[in-house]
Amino acid sequence: MGTAIYILAFAVLLIGLYAVVAKKNVIKIIVGLLVFDYAVNLLLVLVGYRSLGSEGWGKPPILAEGQTPAQLAATAVDPLPQAMVLTSIVIGLGLTALMVAMAIRIYERYGTFDTNQIRKLRG
Amino acid sequence: MMFIVPLLVILPLGAAFCAVAMAEVSFLKRWTGSLATLAVLANLVLAVLLFGTGDLKLFVGGWGPANTLGIEMVCDGLSKLMAVTINLVSLVSFIFAGPYMRRFTKPWLFDAILLIMIGAMNGVVLAGDLFNLFVFLEVAAIASYALVAFGCEAEELEAAFKYLVLGTVGSAFILMGVTVLYSLTGQLNMAKVHMLLPKAGLGSPAVLLAAAALLSGLALKAAMVPFHAWLPDAHPSAPAPVSAMLSGVLIKASGVYAMARIVFNVLGPTPQYAAILMTLGAASMLIGVLLAVGQWDLKRLLAYHSISQMGYVVLVIGAAAQVAARPSPDMALAGLCLFGGLFHLLNHALFKSLLFLSSGSIEHQTGTRELKKMGGLARRMKVTSFCCRVGALSIAGVPPFNGFFSKLIIIVALVLTGHGVLAALAVFVAFVTLISFVKVQRYALEGPPAGLAAQACEAPALMCAAMVILAVLCVATGLAIVPLREHVFGPAADALLSAGRLVSMGGAP
Repeated sequence: MGTAIYILAFAVLLIGLYAVVAKKNVIKIIVGLLVFDYAVNLLLVLVGYRSLGSEGWGKPPILAEGQTPAQLAATAVDPLPQAMVLTSIVIGLGLTALMVAMAIRIYERYGTFDTNQIRKLRG
Repeated sequence: MMFIVPLLVILPLGAAFCAVAMAEVSFLKRWTGSLATLAVLANLVLAVLLFGTGDLKLFVGGWGPANTLGIEMVCDGLSKLMAVTINLVSLVSFIFAGPYMRRFTKPWLFDAILLIMIGAMNGVVLAGDLFNLFVFLEVAAIASYALVAFGCEAEELEAAFKYLVLGTVGSAFILMGVTVLYSLTGQLNMAKVHMLLPKAGLGSPAVLLAAAALLSGLALKAAMVPFHAWLPDAHPSAPAPVSAMLSGVLIKASGVYAMARIVFNVLGPTPQYAAILMTLGAASMLIGVLLAVGQWDLKRLLAYHSISQMGYVVLVIGAAAQVAARPSPDMALAGLCLFGGLFHLLNHALFKSLLFLSSGSIEHQTGTRELKKMGGLARRMKVTSFCCRVGALSIAGVPPFNGFFSKLIIIVALVLTGHGVLAALAVFVAFVTLISFVKVQRYALEGPPAGLAAQACEAPALMCAAMVILAVLCVATGLAIVPLREHVFGPAADALLSAGRLVSMGGAP
């Protein structure tokens, strides 16, 4: 594991960023933005991971029956990044809804999803 | 007094919920604007009341000072200044929006979304931990994307989509920075991160990655020059009260305030961060004003000037960081730099929103934003043109208006910190700002009336009242500079420079 998975997460981030920058279709830009957002969420989850060495992988932070909080703290992965990721996913959900609604309205006004033709403003 | 701090966030959000609920009942639908204005007025009164107390700190949900894993709301000098600025500009925008939004089909929706944005901005300036800052930043940003697209015309949607894409990229970079800081220190609380960061090594690649991600995301929110491309499309396309709010407070609360907070109170000022801030500031200052002077669309010209004036603020905050990062820092000089920057921040909120509201009033009456299609408005729209003149003189830095004092302090501070070239650049930029506003006066207010401007009459009374309030404040803040420094800006600069105080407020080490 180690650094390879972080490099993978950064690769997904760069793929998303590439789609945002280089693609000319509004829908592809939206998809790229989502991939970018989820790559950052993935990074956040990875930061909270904890390996128990020879005993295997970190357990989910759910208190099992008969387990004391001290035992949970010793074996579970960090629950705080998971809380942060939940919030971030919900923010991404709201953003997706807004983006798609805007894309629909843009199609009604411009008749196309091609960003080369959605250029009424001089930028 | 502690209960005021969450109320500043809860009141606008609760009023937003009430506005949406009231819209279902037919005889209450007309009163959402009044409800919103009352909520923001209450917010402003509470924010002013906060000045009497010292630093306040509130752990939400009972997560105590012992383990700082919960949400913390912190109200120090800088938060109080920003809270008053935000609520003041919001109040005036709501007063203006009363008559202005009648032409739109859903004014209650506008009130609700704008209230959400105001509540979120109050949350940004009161946030004491990094993730809460990010969440409120996102809420304010999403509300602003919806507000820019409010009219649903082609240009507004295009501008809003561009703003949305760039803003989301910026926010994701901010989250990445927060992630890296969390992985280094195991804490999200700003004070605790500041304490634990030296153990990870302040110059280590991980901290530099976090700083780079945070600064680029926040520079995008503050519309600094390589990241400014969304602002000249988004701010003109929005309805006028929204433009005033975006240019007047959003780029400050979510951009400049967050940058200052993170560079001074979380990461700690170093020469590298100072150099980055000064470069961003100087580039924004110069490029913003040079692009502004050639614009013929009034609101687009004002939007480019926002970039330029925010460049002033970021430049002098960078100079303060550089002074504070020296081995034997001259705290009085750093305090002077921060005083200039924060005073200019307040002044810009006042005169830029005044200018945007007057441009909205002109557009409401004449139906156009093109300077060449206006003319002679000084005779036909007396109150609007008077307020527009006050705003133009303030932004150009003419005494006794507030812009003069803040620009003077910035230039003097730059000279005293040894950046004579940048001070000369600031003077040049002020001169070009004056030129562009003389152009606005010449084409919009003086000159022969053209087209619809020939039949324009004065704007409705509430719109004029909003503009007059801001114009009076522009003069008053200029004249009241000495008491303001003592009670408002002194504590605000202290809050940034003494990062140790935030730590000692954070409870048990």
